Amino acid sequence: MSSDIETIAIKQAAHVAEKHEEDSKTLFGFWLYLMTDCVLFASLFATYAVLHNNTFGGQSAHQLFSLPYALTETLILLTSSFTCGLAVLAAQSKRKNQVISWLSVTFVLGISFLSMELTEFSRLAASNNSWHRSGFLSSFFTLVGTHGLHITIGLLWMFVMIFRLYKGSIGRTTIRQLTLFSLFWHFLDVIWIFIFTIVYLLGGIGV
Amino acid sequence: MMNNLANILGKLNVHALPSSPITAGAVIGGSIAVLAVIALITYKKRWTWLYKEWITTTNHKKIGVMYIIVAVLMLLRGASDAGMMRLQQATSVGSAHGLLSPNMFQQVVSAHGTIMIFFAGMGLMFGLINLVLPLMIGARDVAFPFMNSTSFWLFAFGAVLINLSLGIGEFSAAGWLAYPPLSELKYSPGVGVDYWIWSLQIAGIGSLLSGINFIVTILKMRAPGMTLMKMPMFAWSVLGAMTLVAFAFPILTVTLTLLALDRTLGMHFFSAGYGGNAMMYINLIWAWGHPEVYILILPAFGIFSEIVSTFSSKRLFGYKSMVWAIWAIVFLSYGVWLHHFFTMGAGANVNAVFGIATMLIAVPTGVKIFNWLFTMYRGRIRFTSPMIWFMGFVFLFTMGGVAGVLMAVPPIDFQLHNSLFLVAHFHTMIVSGVLFGYFAGITYWFPKTFGFRLNEKLGKYAAYCWIVGFILAFLPLYILGIMGATRRMDHYSASLGWQPLFIVAGIGASIIFIGLGLQILQVIVSIWKRNETKDLSGDPWSARTLEWSTTSPPPEYNFALLPVVNQRDAYWASKHSKTKTENDSYSPIYSPKNTSSGFFIGLFSLTIGFSIIWHIWWLLIIGFLGLVLTIILRTTSGEHEKVITVSQIEKIEIPLNGGTKA
Amino acid sequence: MSKKSKILIILLPIILILAVSVWYLSGQNVAVLQPAGVIGQKERSLIFIALILSAVVVLPVYALTILIAWKYREGNTSAKYTPDWDHSRVLETIWWGIPLIIITILSVITWNSSHALDPYQAIASKVKPIQVQVVALDWKWLFIYPKQHIASVNKFVIPLNTPISFNITSDTVMNSFWLPNLGGQIYAMPGMSTTLHLMANKAGSYYGSSANISGKGFSGMNFTADAVSSNSYNSWISSLAKSKSVLNLNNYNKLALPSTYNRVSYYKNVPDGLFENIIMKYMEPITNGSSI
Repeated sequence: MSSDIETIAIKQAAHVAEKHEEDSKTLFGFWLYLMTDCVLFASLFATYAVLHNNTFGGQSAHQLFSLPYALTETLILLTSSFTCGLAVLAAQSKRKNQVISWLSVTFVLGISFLSMELTEFSRLAASNNSWHRSGFLSSFFTLVGTHGLHITIGLLWMFVMIFRLYKGSIGRTTIRQLTLFSLFWHFLDVIWIFIFTIVYLLGGIGV
Repeated sequence: MMNNLANILGKLNVHALPSSPITAGAVIGGSIAVLAVIALITYKKRWTWLYKEWITTTNHKKIGVMYIIVAVLMLLRGASDAGMMRLQQATSVGSAHGLLSPNMFQQVVSAHGTIMIFFAGMGLMFGLINLVLPLMIGARDVAFPFMNSTSFWLFAFGAVLINLSLGIGEFSAAGWLAYPPLSELKYSPGVGVDYWIWSLQIAGIGSLLSGINFIVTILKMRAPGMTLMKMPMFAWSVLGAMTLVAFAFPILTVTLTLLALDRTLGMHFFSAGYGGNAMMYINLIWAWGHPEVYILILPAFGIFSEIVSTFSSKRLFGYKSMVWAIWAIVFLSYGVWLHHFFTMGAGANVNAVFGIATMLIAVPTGVKIFNWLFTMYRGRIRFTSPMIWFMGFVFLFTMGGVAGVLMAVPPIDFQLHNSLFLVAHFHTMIVSGVLFGYFAGITYWFPKTFGFRLNEKLGKYAAYCWIVGFILAFLPLYILGIMGATRRMDHYSASLGWQPLFIVAGIGASIIFIGLGLQILQVIVSIWKRNETKDLSGDPWSARTLEWSTTSPPPEYNFALLPVVNQRDAYWASKHSKTKTENDSYSPIYSPKNTSSGFFIGLFSLTIGFSIIWHIWWLLIIGFLGLVLTIILRTTSGEHEKVITVSQIEKIEIPLNGGTKA
Repeated sequence: MSKKSKILIILLPIILILAVSVWYLSGQNVAVLQPAGVIGQKERSLIFIALILSAVVVLPVYALTILIAWKYREGNTSAKYTPDWDHSRVLETIWWGIPLIIITILSVITWNSSHALDPYQAIASKVKPIQVQVVALDWKWLFIYPKQHIASVNKFVIPLNTPISFNITSDTVMNSFWLPNLGGQIYAMPGMSTTLHLMANKAGSYYGSSANISGKGFSGMNFTADAVSSNSYNSWISSLAKSKSVLNLNNYNKLALPSTYNRVSYYKNVPDGLFENIIMKYMEPITNGSSI
């Protein structure tokens, strides 16, 4: 009888080990996904690099973009990455309310970033500089817009996580999800730094 | 009223229905076939079985079978396109203009290439990988079974979408890679190119997910003791191919998206004028397209490695060389895409560098062929039908390789580019390399999957027909190419003297069709007489790798006890060693539950694709919300695993082990 | 069936097919292998060099395949069987090494020939080159002789032993200008000008086509290139200068409209800069409505 209990205990331990294995697979898989996303963005950057002078008689990056505006966007996104990190730290010490609050701050910062981006888009469109205008603007809207789309997905993801945290407690799945999310969010940050440098900074000085 | 209706259905209206008798016939025939299948399932009351056992399955073996079924259907569709092309080119000469209008012919050409690469080739590849890879490395499933089912359904619904174009609207007439500006809205105003974009986009995302899935499976789930250098060569080749998938398919996703943005939102990435750059598209599509060729062919190389070694009853020669050759090919395949357009005028330096990089690929490929030959050397070769495919492959592939080396020299390419010589070259590579490899693989692993072997005699006849038919069909195309015949012609003038060669090519194609027919017959006969070829041992070919160590067909969990590996060809070694390994006791196995989420993700993706093609915006919103909700529900729902208890395992295993408890 | 008759059954049809094809092809224009121009002739010798070098690897492969498959068949139990022999440093060095050497030789050839036969490079000759501007239209070819102010559709004439410099563009989708008897092809792309240099040294009338799919009239987009003596060439030019049609902007725009299987036609009074204007209209927005 006791040996039976022992076997059950051993098997449960094995199952826990299997679950860890599972987490490490998920993490590795997610890294691979991020890498493919990196290739995706690299292709978009290449497209932008090829087309950024093809204004077809329209205004160039130098005339269209405002560096301080983009810098504000950058700072907001960087801060959101920081608060996201705080949420992960709170989750590791199982402080549910803190996780929820830091995630909510991140969420609000993300929303502000996105609305700034959309404001810029509508400003451009209103001044007859929409994506129809030239190859350059097509590639600008697509590159920045794809990043924005990723941010939107991140916001949706955060929303679902916050909602679930309200209802449940912090378990293994939550921590795993939060880890993956923070990877994703930091990744978007890095991509944005590239966008900021290549589109706004180099564009601003007219390279 | 009519106006409102028109708005509701976007660009879709009654004119979208087929107008030519050939398409109408195909659509009616296809619909009747689909209805017949539905009727049969209803009559046999198999809907729940279909849903529970197949549609919602997350088991890699069943997913593999479904991939192969879809791929074979698509192969037949692609082959019938090929038949029409051969017929048109053999008859449309001088004052005769053949059965197909130029636009129809170009749709057929585009559909043939697209279907064969994306749905026949990729489908057979993922099917075979799903069937055997986990078994071969001693794993119980892939790393992410749900994602695997999603990949399959994206692939399947991509295939559905491309076939919808036959009945509703039209298909792209811009060639299989849809070069702009021809594929831009201005020059292709119909929905054809949109069908092309979205069926590839949906299937392509499925492939990308599969790529990630199999990389993780191979790197994280090998049986205890199986270090990388002890993996079967097929696993290595899949790892190489999936690495290519992970790096190449995002480029395809981007390229298709940009073209879709041009066509749907009026952007100007590839427009003629407006600051667009069509050459960029050609660069991007080949940055994906060239690795894609190696994605298809590496697993076929892996299959040949397994087959040659098994049927020569000998260890694979030059294992390390083979591994290095795979990675050399993976690496080089990213540095050669420009050889697809030397004629763009990039300048001598650029052309020469890409030409030399291209020729370099011949070296590792040649090494592989020599290693296979020396695997056979001093072996005991059994000429089963997989070996016949292999022999055909060696002869044809080498010939095609020489043609490839020729065209890698830019000045020679200026003469042969876009000619039928080029067409003949890549068909030699893809048919003999990829298709023969997959046919051999299907024959080889069929008994593992279904528990009985395929009829050998019919299999051999089919292989002979394919080889002879191929030579007759494509040698004339090589010659036509050097006579100055370009690809994708729907008509030519009689004075050029090309017709006899096209007729010979048509005869060759007919022989290939006989081969295809024999293969269908082979499957039917084999099922009919399955008791004669039953595989009771689990190892019908006296093979070497782990998949043969379990039963045929394998249980749901593949291995009751995970095999422990300490050398290459682990199963061969265990068969030949005198010491029997100590049997461990069974533990419960955690196995993924079935889920319908993958199916619905595919279905909603189809909805999204279809609604963008036809500009039906309300349907797009439905599709999109459906997709997002399915993903959220899946990721937030509870436990996705079920437990197979020890007593359930014993119930399955004890009769197999001859009544003794493990 | 005996083994000998089996081999015969395989060999006979091959020989028969070869014989018939040689007989058939001897009466045909095998453009790439029967070039009538200097570039094409050099390209043909390159093909032969590459074939011979490839044969160094391919023939042993074929011979080995047949020999090994025959000798080590299961039925031949007298053959040596070494199931665990799976590695030989010497052998593997050979088949990494020899192909590598051949590819190195081919690489040198590739590098040199890519430069020597670069389509952008003018052909060295004492004779002054003639410039021909080529415009791909839906679905015909327009050939402009800018110096002579004449133009023709789907046919052009060039003098023998005179370098021809083709400037190629497209006023529609991408096409590819291919004249296999003289050698080489190059893409015709809207908004861009590509260059091809060719020179005929055998008189004749040669078939050319678009090698890149361009829409429904693609298959009819063929042209003839006549290589003739310089006297005949001059009289052709002067006959064109007397042709009825004038290629002003209006007529050009009419000509550029889609049409299939066009007959040969000739134009005189071609305005200066037509070719450049065709390219420019893809480069910047049209400001005045009068241009093409």
